[in-house]
Amino acid sequence: MELADIGKTFRRLDYETKVTGTAQFLADMNVPGMCHGKILRSPYPHARIKSIDTFKAVKVAGVVAVLTRDDIIHDEGIEPYYGPVFKDQTIVAVEKVRHVGDPVAAVAALTIDAAEEALRLIEIEYEELPAVLDVHESLKPGAKLVHDAIKVPMSGFADLAELKPIDGTNICTHFRLNRGDIDKGFAEADHIFEDTFTLPATQHCFLETHACIASVDPGGRITVWATTQNPFVVRTQLANIFKVPVSKVRVIVPYLGGGYGGKVYPKVEPITVALAQKAGRPVRVVLSREEVFYTITKHAAVIRMKTAVKNDGTLVARECEIHLDTGAYAEIGPRVAKKSGYTAAGPYRIANLKIDSYSVYTNKPPAGAFRGFGVSQSAWAVESQMDIIAAALKMDPLELRKKNGYDEGDKFVTEETLRSIGFKQCLDEVARSIAWNDKSFNDSTVQGSIGSNLRRGKGLACMIKATITPSISCAVVKLNEDASLSIYTGTVEMGQGSETVLAQIAGKELGIPLQTIQVLGVDTDVVPYDLTTSSSRSTFHMGKAVQLAAQDIMRQLKQIVANEYGVPQDKIRFAEGKILLPETALDYAEVMFKRFGMQGGTLVGEGQVKTSTKDEFGEKTTSAFWFVAAGAAEVEVDMDTGKFKLIRYATAVDVGKALNPLGCRQQLSGAAITGMGQAMFEEIAYDNGQLINPNLIDYVLPSLGDMPSVIDPIAIEIAHKDGPFGAKGIGESALIPVAPAIANAIYDAVGVRIKDLPIKAEKIYLRLQQGKS
Amino acid sequence: MKKTISLIVNGFQRSAEVEARTTLLDMVREQFGLTGAKLGCDIQVCGACTLLLNGKPVSACSVLAVDADGGDILTVEGLSKNGALHPLQEAFMEFGALQCGYCTSGFLLTAKALLDECPRPSEQQITDYLAGNFCRCGCYQEIMQAVKNVAEKS
Repeated sequence: MELADIGKTFRRLDYETKVTGTAQFLADMNVPGMCHGKILRSPYPHARIKSIDTFKAVKVAGVVAVLTRDDIIHDEGIEPYYGPVFKDQTIVAVEKVRHVGDPVAAVAALTIDAAEEALRLIEIEYEELPAVLDVHESLKPGAKLVHDAIKVPMSGFADLAELKPIDGTNICTHFRLNRGDIDKGFAEADHIFEDTFTLPATQHCFLETHACIASVDPGGRITVWATTQNPFVVRTQLANIFKVPVSKVRVIVPYLGGGYGGKVYPKVEPITVALAQKAGRPVRVVLSREEVFYTITKHAAVIRMKTAVKNDGTLVARECEIHLDTGAYAEIGPRVAKKSGYTAAGPYRIANLKIDSYSVYTNKPPAGAFRGFGVSQSAWAVESQMDIIAAALKMDPLELRKKNGYDEGDKFVTEETLRSIGFKQCLDEVARSIAWNDKSFNDSTVQGSIGSNLRRGKGLACMIKATITPSISCAVVKLNEDASLSIYTGTVEMGQGSETVLAQIAGKELGIPLQTIQVLGVDTDVVPYDLTTSSSRSTFHMGKAVQLAAQDIMRQLKQIVANEYGVPQDKIRFAEGKILLPETALDYAEVMFKRFGMQGGTLVGEGQVKTSTKDEFGEKTTSAFWFVAAGAAEVEVDMDTGKFKLIRYATAVDVGKALNPLGCRQQLSGAAITGMGQAMFEEIAYDNGQLINPNLIDYVLPSLGDMPSVIDPIAIEIAHKDGPFGAKGIGESALIPVAPAIANAIYDAVGVRIKDLPIKAEKIYLRLQQGKS
Repeated sequence: MKKTISLIVNGFQRSAEVEARTTLLDMVREQFGLTGAKLGCDIQVCGACTLLLNGKPVSACSVLAVDADGGDILTVEGLSKNGALHPLQEAFMEFGALQCGYCTSGFLLTAKALLDECPRPSEQQITDYLAGNFCRCGCYQEIMQAVKNVAEKS
């Protein structure tokens, strides 16, 4: 058997079950005695609930339980309010509904049909209220408030402690970043650029919808099978809601059919547990595609950016106001807004800054984490404006970026030192990949080739992003008596290939074959704590924890060999799965036998990674590592219709170390493809607060037919001292530059600057027509 | 109103009692326990529920079980023969044509139908045939490589 290694592609450990259809996802699972849950949702964006009558619903044959506000507000065992930052969500609506699709009641029944029949018979009387449907309306003086009062929990996330809702307004949070002297900066400017950019709400559209199976035993023990990226956060939230210690909540997570940020924090779990508790038997809830759109979205944003620039292209000051539409509930919006604010200067040195980033309540479905987490919003503005500046100054956009861009050791806007930053390497590599300096593409052969009026252009963009800090990842590994290894972690395999990479890391340390390693599924009763599988953090944090756990096993083996064989520890070495002594070599199974005196026993190794807001030199740090990326696009635009085609796309990410190179390329090109959807098609459309496209016909996803002929994923390897084998996170990086790179390429091709996503043919067409008149 | 239907599933004779409105997908998943095909969109656009009915790909979320009466169904669970994986399954693993795996059953079966119909397809034909399946993790390049590789080897 081949020994595990890093920097080498291994067939992923999750593949056999996935290509044979035997991998179990949540909706494939049944629990004995399970019944089916369905949720009744608000038809109004904003309304007071005057009455709820379940009389007819409970009589439907097969109905086991009907859950309404009466069950949660009169039950002393339930805290009805929850939420990761502010406790502004309820299991079902209590006084008001605040967005179309807000859960109002739920039914558990023996069949789905019976549950749906009962939903139809629940009678609710609403009093419609005026609704605020965008950030502009929401911020007007005297605007109707989405929440009259908001419960701020006593303790919450350390990094969000300073952010609070502003009373009497719809402002959920206001993050400020001030640096230098903003007035002086603008006074020094030769040029001032001011633009407003917008992005619409979008949806993750993982093919697996949110689902949950919950079971509550009479002693109050809660078990949930959940489609969640952060099982330990769900455990904490459920423990708070149902007022039990976390040890009484067990969260089991099967493989996820995609997450992309849309499965962090509680989603369908609280309502499923409440329903199971009332039903007195297990309940399964599987959301429909439409319900997913009501459950979580990506923040729409309006970004006003004013930048002061010298004649030579030096950026001297920036004032930026970001308004993120967080919908009816804060969810994790406050942190999204904070991250947008942090990155509003982009990966550039700007001495003078005044940044205000707001999360704003509206009567729309809640917005939360989406791969890119606030930075896809800010980077759309930052990177589009960079090209506006370059065009005005007649500078090469690549040179403008490199002139202002961060180098190793520079100070970030938070005044912390940036280390392991392969930023300019990313830019150079994408430029090389699309032959940036070769402008011969716009010659007559291309224009005349199919007899229409085609123009080609090239554009690039880049980004810098943080990972959630502080955070915790713990890992346990067990060396079994036959020298095989079991790995216990809370990292959720949602497609990113974490199982394989964690096994590679442990296997490399111990020098054992990948085939002898089993990565256990996530079960909070069994695996140690991990904060979350998100924020591009798992390889860096959990990978390191697993590496430390494997090293702990090696330390124990060394101790055993020293004791049992009388060899000094400094004479003991490890190589290729063997323990080398001066005279002989022992394999792990022999050492285990020696230690336990028979074929049996277990060695348990532990690894803990805890990042902090101070680095080893006592300097403030807001991110355990910073990750950078660049993207470059070549497009072809039809001057007559505005229709455009992405010809090729290059994405370069500083990955630190590509542990599994094929897995790395999958993450890079996969994230870039998600970015293409966001750039070119995706947009949740609303009409008076009603979603008009919550389905996969009207909400368009990229398919094979939309792909450019070349996508070139490039891994730059600038090692990070704290990552396992130098590795950094890669999950989100490649998505962020895509939209501005395409917009910049379109400008290069036809001189039309699109400032509002998505970039659609009709927007280009109308601008081209205006140009003619 | 229930109706008893009989059909061949992965080479085995099967019968089932279904409601007139039961979908092929629900029957295969719930009555036969074959959960490889997934419900993704429920309106015949995402391809996650694709099954082969008499050799042709269908969106099982939008086909009635009663309309498959007497038919021959292939699901992803029936792709391997005598413990040997289908060349497409091997190629999907080799080229990394999946990440989360939720769309994989649909892609494999659609690609099989393509290669059965057209053993040496062009890139354009592969694109046209597979454009009705979504991979939200974005493995389109790898899927293209895997299908081309199997076609070239045939």
